[in-house]
Amino acid sequence: MSTSTPPRHTGSGHLADLVGQVWNAVAEGDEVTATDIVLGALDDGVAPESVLLDVIGAVQGRVGEEWAANRITVAQEHAATSINERAVAALALHPAARTTPSRGRITVACVDGEWHALPARLVAEVLKLRGWQVDYLGAQVPAPHLISHLHTTQADAVALSSSIATRLPTAHAAITACQAVGVPVLVGGAAFGPEGQYAKLLGAQVWAPDARKAADRLAEGPLPRPETDHQPIDDLPHLADQEYTMVARTSASLVRAVFGALEDAFPAMRAYDDMQRERTAEDLAHIAEFLATSLYLDDEGLFTWFITWTADILEARGVPARSLPPALNLFARELRDFPRAVRTLQRGVEALTTDHSPANGTSA
Amino acid sequence: MPGFPWSRAPYPVLVADAGGLVVQRNDAAQALLPAARPGARLADVVPAWLATAHRSMRLPAPRATRESDVPLAGLIAERRYEAHPSVADDGTVAWWLVDDTDHQLVREALRMERERTSFLAKASSILLSSLNLGRCMDVTAQMAAENLADAALAIAPARGRRLPVVTCLRGGTPVTSQESVDPDDVPGLGEALRGFPPVPSRWLDPASAPAWMIPEGFGPVGAIVITPLPGHGVAAGALVLLRKEGSAAFTEEEEVFARLFAARSGAAMSAARLYAEQTEITEVLMRELLPPALHQISGVDFAGSYRPSADHERVGGDFYDVHPAAVEGEPSLVTLGDVCGKGLEAAVLTGKIRNTLHALLPLADDHQRMLSLLNTALLTSHHTRFATLVLASAVRQGSEVQVRLTSAGHPLPLIVRADGTVDVADTRGNLVGVLPDVHARTATVTLAPGESCVLFTDGITEAKGGPLGDSQFGEERLKRALAGCAGMPAEAIVEHVQMLASQWLGGRRHDDMAVVAISAPRTHHLSAVDGHTRGRYTA
Repeated sequence: MSTSTPPRHTGSGHLADLVGQVWNAVAEGDEVTATDIVLGALDDGVAPESVLLDVIGAVQGRVGEEWAANRITVAQEHAATSINERAVAALALHPAARTTPSRGRITVACVDGEWHALPARLVAEVLKLRGWQVDYLGAQVPAPHLISHLHTTQADAVALSSSIATRLPTAHAAITACQAVGVPVLVGGAAFGPEGQYAKLLGAQVWAPDARKAADRLAEGPLPRPETDHQPIDDLPHLADQEYTMVARTSASLVRAVFGALEDAFPAMRAYDDMQRERTAEDLAHIAEFLATSLYLDDEGLFTWFITWTADILEARGVPARSLPPALNLFARELRDFPRAVRTLQRGVEALTTDHSPANGTSA
Repeated sequence: MPGFPWSRAPYPVLVADAGGLVVQRNDAAQALLPAARPGARLADVVPAWLATAHRSMRLPAPRATRESDVPLAGLIAERRYEAHPSVADDGTVAWWLVDDTDHQLVREALRMERERTSFLAKASSILLSSLNLGRCMDVTAQMAAENLADAALAIAPARGRRLPVVTCLRGGTPVTSQESVDPDDVPGLGEALRGFPPVPSRWLDPASAPAWMIPEGFGPVGAIVITPLPGHGVAAGALVLLRKEGSAAFTEEEEVFARLFAARSGAAMSAARLYAEQTEITEVLMRELLPPALHQISGVDFAGSYRPSADHERVGGDFYDVHPAAVEGEPSLVTLGDVCGKGLEAAVLTGKIRNTLHALLPLADDHQRMLSLLNTALLTSHHTRFATLVLASAVRQGSEVQVRLTSAGHPLPLIVRADGTVDVADTRGNLVGVLPDVHARTATVTLAPGESCVLFTDGITEAKGGPLGDSQFGEERLKRALAGCAGMPAEAIVEHVQMLASQWLGGRRHDDMAVVAISAPRTHHLSAVDGHTRGRYTA
């Protein structure tokens, strides 16, 4: 879920102040200070939900922005997130955050392969504050775990979080599995698109743009029960052409083929050292992953968004992005028998060669 | 009737003029409607629906049109007739009456049968998809209330003194309650809940029904029937159906149908009950095998993360533990290891090794001796498996943490220094459970604030994948990753390593993967750890 909800309280100046302080502590890796500020805010009477979302959530939003803009490394992002996690854990133990369950039971989980647990954690804590009994299963929950959990508990709903669009096929599998055992699903997180368009496409009962909206929606009343005779393929009839399956299944050999051919098409690559070569291969693997996801969702826009964002990141890394169009053309050559894939790749090339206005990437 | 061409027609024919008077009739019509003599007013001698139909035919002739919403069918002498008009130019209408009573009955029977079949199919698919007893009871009560009765109760056999009951009114939502009642006080309920011997559905006099059985706001009860839910060897529960006073009583056919439904929900509820029992057993047995949650102990940060080889499992052949010292100021003992094999069987062996190590804790200072004793224990057990492991004794000294590390055939621990250097702990030893003797060399490492020692299993370094899908994650890549983790909290390091390895795999098959980090906590201010206190490193 988007955790960068701007503060909208009367004391927003104070909250912005707190965000600045926590951000500084997090940036310095100073967990003790970060936690002290959070607990101090609770002592001062700031509502726990506001501390969670308007302070910690806002700081985490900034961490995400810094990462997306390539200003911090993945390891730094991890360090910052773990400090935020500890601040949340400390908050949960504060007397101001103590509640007794008075509503139903909700399971909160991240889809498999999703390592960004904090947004889900924030949702879990907010729901607890609002009186729900919450089972928080954490990051990257394999569907079998989620389902056996649902069999043993009697959750009123599952709240599923995913931040990376490439996890959407996995998210779809998890959504339909939950629904198959009769539990409605609320989804959130950047992966589902700024307007939640993918949530609808993948058949989730409800999409929530942020933790507050998720909690508000659950408070309104029970989510609609899943239809019983629903088949996952009904959501995505275009999957019948098998293009997604082929690209996803053969992605490693696809990337190998493109990587080999790229060396011929782009001679500068021969001078790359091992690290640079591995990074190039990783970039190609990401392209294959986003291509597969675009095919799954039948959304070329997702792919072109990703490609322009990659081009920006490459430039920021000091790598010329002009190797991208040849790479996409090589992918298209390898996938010439797959019309949707070829068309999607062409859109990518067009986006790169025409004036691309860099979207401020926050959802990958 | 002279000139009447249809007098011998097999269907009743009745001719009436525009003024609503009967003009003619044939023999069959005379038998059916004896009063409808020529000259009689149609409205006086035929059922109202036919008279209305005739009025609606009022012309202007010759283009007779009809008000479309007037039915052209109805009862005559308790049988159902369709009326087919043929209109003459002068406005007289000949009504052909066709008896379709039997047709209607067959159609009705077919519709009922279809409805029931689709209801049973729907019930089956909903009930089959859940292994949760509560949800199965909800579904049973709700579907029964929607289709079989005005209200329904699904009752599960008592656990303890309380009877789990789900009540649902037609159009309402299921409500769960626990009733402190003796089911034997209700005639037929005790037997139904016991599941054996088989008992038929049983009528209950509404007057003798206990108050808890009547949903709030239901009003006077007309009929109650208690149907056992057959559970295939286990007692599944009972279904109680209630109808309001004034609504139709249960027919025999409906009772049979209710039993068909009860058979399905009973099977589902007993499967859910079995699943719950099995899960509870697994949960209890598994608890001892699950990796523990780690935290700070005596000023040393510990974090661990475990990913079993199969997604549907929670345990495997890797293990780790942190044992706090019995005496404050003494080192805590960290163990991390890997037994050969994966899955549940390997997990059972890790449990034995962990227990043995736990029993050897008084000797925790002497790694060599612990390993020798563990080796002997493994050699004499009937398991033919072996294991590799690392022992680490960690103790806080001032702001630093001293760690003594001993590897028994295990991948060597890595030390993440504050400046991003990654050292390899200089310890060697054989694996345990194979040779009669185990020899191992211990390394001592000092961690300055913000520095960490990372223990891991080969599931991490041997993770096969990468962007091209054909190379191992490898120790070099792990070291490079750890170099970027300087100064990070223990949890962040552990999670970062697991994430990188898992992304490297990209959904491919893998071995169990375990990582433990031992960290000297950072002091409050960054400047205090600014690389000046680089740890000593001795063999």
